[in-house]
This record gives sequence, C-alpha cells and structure tokens, in this order.
Amino acid sequence: MTTALAPGKIAKQLARKFPDAAIEAGPDGLLLKSGQLLAVMEYLKKSPDLDFNYLNHVTGVDYYDYFEVVYQLTSLKYNHGLVLKVRCYDREKPVLPSVTGLWQGADFQEREIFDLLGIGFEGHPNLRRIVLWEGFKGHPLRKDFL
Amino acid sequence: MEIEEVYSRQEIDEAEGKQINELIARSQGIIPDPDQWLDEELKRNVMVTTVDAVLGWARRTSLWPVVCFPACCAFEFITTAASRFDISRFGMEIIRASPRQGDLMITAGTLTWKMAPQVKRIYDQMAEPKWVIAMGACAISGGIFRSSYSVVPGYNHIIPVDVYLPGCPPRPEALIHAIRMLHEKIGKRSIIQEGK
Repeated sequence: MTTALAPGKIAKQLARKFPDAAIEAGPDGLLLKSGQLLAVMEYLKKSPDLDFNYLNHVTGVDYYDYFEVVYQLTSLKYNHGLVLKVRCYDREKPVLPSVTGLWQGADFQEREIFDLLGIGFEGHPNLRRIVLWEGFKGHPLRKDFL
Repeated sequence: MEIEEVYSRQEIDEAEGKQINELIARSQGIIPDPDQWLDEELKRNVMVTTVDAVLGWARRTSLWPVVCFPACCAFEFITTAASRFDISRFGMEIIRASPRQGDLMITAGTLTWKMAPQVKRIYDQMAEPKWVIAMGACAISGGIFRSSYSVVPGYNHIIPVDVYLPGCPPRPEALIHAIRMLHEKIGKRSIIQEGK
C-alpha cells in the first residue's frame, strides 16, 4: 500500500525551498498559498527524492467562506503519496493556476470543477463545461445553488 | 284456425329415417379433401387470414431492441436477455447497435438533459413502425432524481412511450410482462391506422 508522507515533515522541507509560500501542515495534508501553487507542484514533481509523477485526482469543495481545491499526488517510484490543498476566497470570480502543464490527467477534472463549482483555471488549454451543457445557469455544486 | 296437414305423421317419420340412413351411409366413405383441386405442392399449405393478423404476428415476434441503456436498469435487461430468462423466445435476442435496424427502444435507465439529444436522435433514426418501453421509475418520471437540475423527468418529455414499466429496477419477469403487453398492443394495431 502507498505510504502517506507526513505533512509536517514535507512542510519543513518545502518551507526551506519556498520561504514565502506560507505552507501550513494540516492534519491530513499541506495547505498552500495559491500564488505559489505551480512552483511548489513543479518542485514536488521534479525533485528526485520526492518524484510525484502521478496525480491521483483534483477535486473542489465549497466551505461557504472559501473554495478549497484538493490535489492528491503519488510517486509510482517510491510508492508514497501526499495531499495538497489551496484555498480561493473570491466567490465572484475564483481563479487558480492550472496544473495541466505538469500532469495531463488534470484536464478533465479541472473542467469538472470549473463546470460544477465555477472555479477558473489559468493556463488550462480547453476550459469549458464538461458534464453540463452550454447555457446552464449557475454552478450546482456550490452550496448557494438553488 | 286449423292447420291443414300436408304430410301424414307416417310420411314425416319415414323421411327423417331416410335422411339419417343417408348420413350414416355417407359417413362410411372417405371424407372428401376440400383442397383436392389444388396442386400437390400447395395442398395443406394454404391458410386464410387477414393482413393485420399477419403483419401483427410478424412484427411482435421479431422485435429487435435498440441500444439505449444509460443506467442501472440495463443490468435487469441484460439478465432478461441472458439464458435464464432468454428473450430470444420472443425473437428479441438480436440487440441492435444501429437504430436503423431496431424496432423497440427499452429505455433502461436515468436520462440526463445532456444525454437527451442523443436519445432523441436514436429514436428519430429508428425506422417505422417503432415502439418504446419506459423501463423503471427513472424512465417513467425521473424517479428519485426527478427534482434534480440535470435529469429528464420522464422519457415521455423527449419521445412517445408505449408501455410504462414501474420498478426500481423492475425484475426480468416484469420486463417480460411489459414485452407481452406490447405484443398485445402491436396485435391490436391495424394498417388502416398506420401513419396516424
């Protein structure tokens, strides 16, 4: 089974590399600042001792005050995994950087988050609705929908 | 008024006796073949019926289902098609991927609005005459997903439905019952009503 890396340990390692990324270690994952998301993700993927070459999933959650986007990464080489989260406080036009440049598998999942929660992904090659149709009003997985 | 006797009682009894004896005598011989005038090959191969009866029989005994299985009711349909319940008894074992070769759409599953144009298109591509069985609660009314923003509240909003089959999901016996009901419906159809 894949071993989950301790968030606190990774947070310390990352904080040395990215002092202004404001990395917090939560009980079940790392909380990142959205501005530094891409740089941290790239480091996690490309650094040889971590080597997170596989993105399990991207998903979004609406916590009323903010949106949270959750990334789960796995290294197929070391068989270890890590959960990362970023928050988005803007309800009108929430935007996060897209990770499709690092893991192509994020493509459809970011489109689904865009469709159902209305979070935009900067740098996504084909950001349009995926499960609902063009012209549908609103984003149904938002808590204030209906 | 007094009725005049034309024949005496004796004469009537004798006539009756003669008729009975004639019938007995005729029954001793070989029963004549009504098809004697036909050619040898045509003999015993002629049946008189109506066009409606023949068309209805042909249509209901070769109902080819078209593929429209968007959700879990499909498994009950698959079970119905497999050896235990065996819809090949009704000439239905050929499940068509091409709508142009299908006669019957069994709508086995929840339909979302995103999928609705495709289902309508498949139905429109099927050749006449064609029938639809709305299978399961979702197909009838949207079922438990009726109030959802993404689910069609019943296939009859999209295409005309002939038989409604309730259940969540309906068991294979229920599906066979619906098929039998559709058979009855097809049997009652007349070519005079065709196109109406």
